[in-house]
Amino acid sequence: MAPTLEVISKPCGHPEWEEPFVVNMGPQHPSTHGVLRLYLELDGENIVKCDPRIGYLHRGLEKLSENMTYTQAMVLTDRLDYISSAANNVGYCLAVEKLLGLEVPRRARLLRTIVCEMARISSHLLWLATHALDIGAMTVFLYCFRDREWLLDIYEKICGARLTVSYPRIGGVRLDFTTEIIEDLYQFTEEFPSRITDYETLIDVNRIWLKRTKGIAVISAEKAVNLGLTGPSLRGSGVPYDVRKYKPYDAYEEVEFEVPVGKSGDTYDRYRVRMEEMRQANRIIRQCLDKLSETQGEPVVAEGAPDLLMPEKRKKPQAVPHPKKGFLVKGAEVPVVPEGEVYVSIEAPKGELGYYVVSDGSGKPWRVRVRAPSFVHISAIPELIKGHMVADLIAVIGTLDVVLGECDR
Amino acid sequence: MKALELLKEKFPEAILGEESSAGQVSVYVKRERLLPVMRFLHAELQFDHLADLCGVDYLGWKGKNKKAERFEVVYNLYSIPQRAFLRVKVSVPEEDPWVPSVTSIWEVANWFEREVYDMLGVRFEGHPDLRRLLMPEDWEGHPLRKDYPLEIEEEWPAYQDLKQKACELSRFEWGERRLRGE
Repeated sequence: MAPTLEVISKPCGHPEWEEPFVVNMGPQHPSTHGVLRLYLELDGENIVKCDPRIGYLHRGLEKLSENMTYTQAMVLTDRLDYISSAANNVGYCLAVEKLLGLEVPRRARLLRTIVCEMARISSHLLWLATHALDIGAMTVFLYCFRDREWLLDIYEKICGARLTVSYPRIGGVRLDFTTEIIEDLYQFTEEFPSRITDYETLIDVNRIWLKRTKGIAVISAEKAVNLGLTGPSLRGSGVPYDVRKYKPYDAYEEVEFEVPVGKSGDTYDRYRVRMEEMRQANRIIRQCLDKLSETQGEPVVAEGAPDLLMPEKRKKPQAVPHPKKGFLVKGAEVPVVPEGEVYVSIEAPKGELGYYVVSDGSGKPWRVRVRAPSFVHISAIPELIKGHMVADLIAVIGTLDVVLGECDR
Repeated sequence: MKALELLKEKFPEAILGEESSAGQVSVYVKRERLLPVMRFLHAELQFDHLADLCGVDYLGWKGKNKKAERFEVVYNLYSIPQRAFLRVKVSVPEEDPWVPSVTSIWEVANWFEREVYDMLGVRFEGHPDLRRLLMPEDWEGHPLRKDYPLEIEEEWPAYQDLKQKACELSRFEWGERRLRGE
């Protein structure tokens, strides 16, 4: 029998009341950012034990993609971290391209970098909005959503979708940018840095904000690496590990940007890191836009890229059947995607998003494994919450920036 | 590949083989000797970031590169100071699926191992808390195995109990029904 809600009916003064009080937080809770369920044992307001229970959004993405062709499985990756779907697509495409040995054209790499950084900004904006709302700064919420709306409108112009974009494809991107989109993006990058400054004036030295974030969920650098934290959550502790710098992909080698790191590894530092990352993302988009004019008119899909309708199996051209005997000579199978395995990771807005793809030579992946940053971050919650109170748990969930679609897959 | 040579020098008997695919090197390690090898990699060669830990089921594998056993547990390691990548693999037979747990070295392995146990049924010896993670605790079978069907017709048995429980709890419901005293 699965554990369900038990209604406790104990009389007052019963000895069992002395035991730790058990509370289920979630799965339906506004500040768990999805269907995260936390099993808490409390002593007054202090947390004695915290045990995250996940799986409420488990859709079996890994099993499903084993039964689809490579191009079909890409659509599933949109549904991982649905706030930054473009970054998920890019990671998957990079993995399959590495198996195929494809070289992506420069223009496509620049376009991918732009959509990835747009995803980063929109993800961080949503994080800031909800995180601030959770711990009591109401004003930022609507301002952030206003700017995110702007980005989503640009996404709509790029590919027709706002949330699940599926804009990159194996071997490049689906469509080139029109001049209208480039103008829009120029306007966005022009105005956005001043917006970040606006948000910072709202909460940077806000007394409530400082009280809720300074010294909360402190984690040292070694501990953070050992717990597998990546992305801004790790950089807040002072480790400059960024996949964009350590294992550059797409056009990150040719653009200039800095990796902001924190010092004390508390919630406030992670907030500062993310704010600074938005500025850097804006800078990257700007540089890529300038470089786009150099590659005007070049193709956006690699020459040897597989068709969107990928065959499950491919045969060598068959020998002509003998007219008298009338039987077909069976052709040998040619691998659609060469046999092999690859682990490719990208710097998604939440952290390191890794894809481990195993191919057996057919048109369907043998195994697609997604290393989701949110999965690892949720597993670190019990460690981060040690010695804190229930109200700080909200700050911890917010600062880790978890998305349950990615965690449960 | 410097790390690989050092590893072969230190543990000549534990390394069963190596292969390379898409520019990435994988090492097969004997399952009984996994823990010393991993400790050496973590402490001496600075592979401090266990990027990923997953299991693969090779039932009915038709590739040219033959697999010795049905399951494989794959460790993707990354060294942040050295900027080096190494993949370690362990072959796990179907009859006796167990692997030593590496939670004592990398804490991040805790949930990764629970997921592999849940999805493939590989046990991790020495794991502090080996329970199902994504599936319900009373689920039967391991969904990522290749012989597990993609769609199942039957209803999950615990679902009946859940529905019954929901009926019982409806007396705590808010709104009209409660006002009517139903």
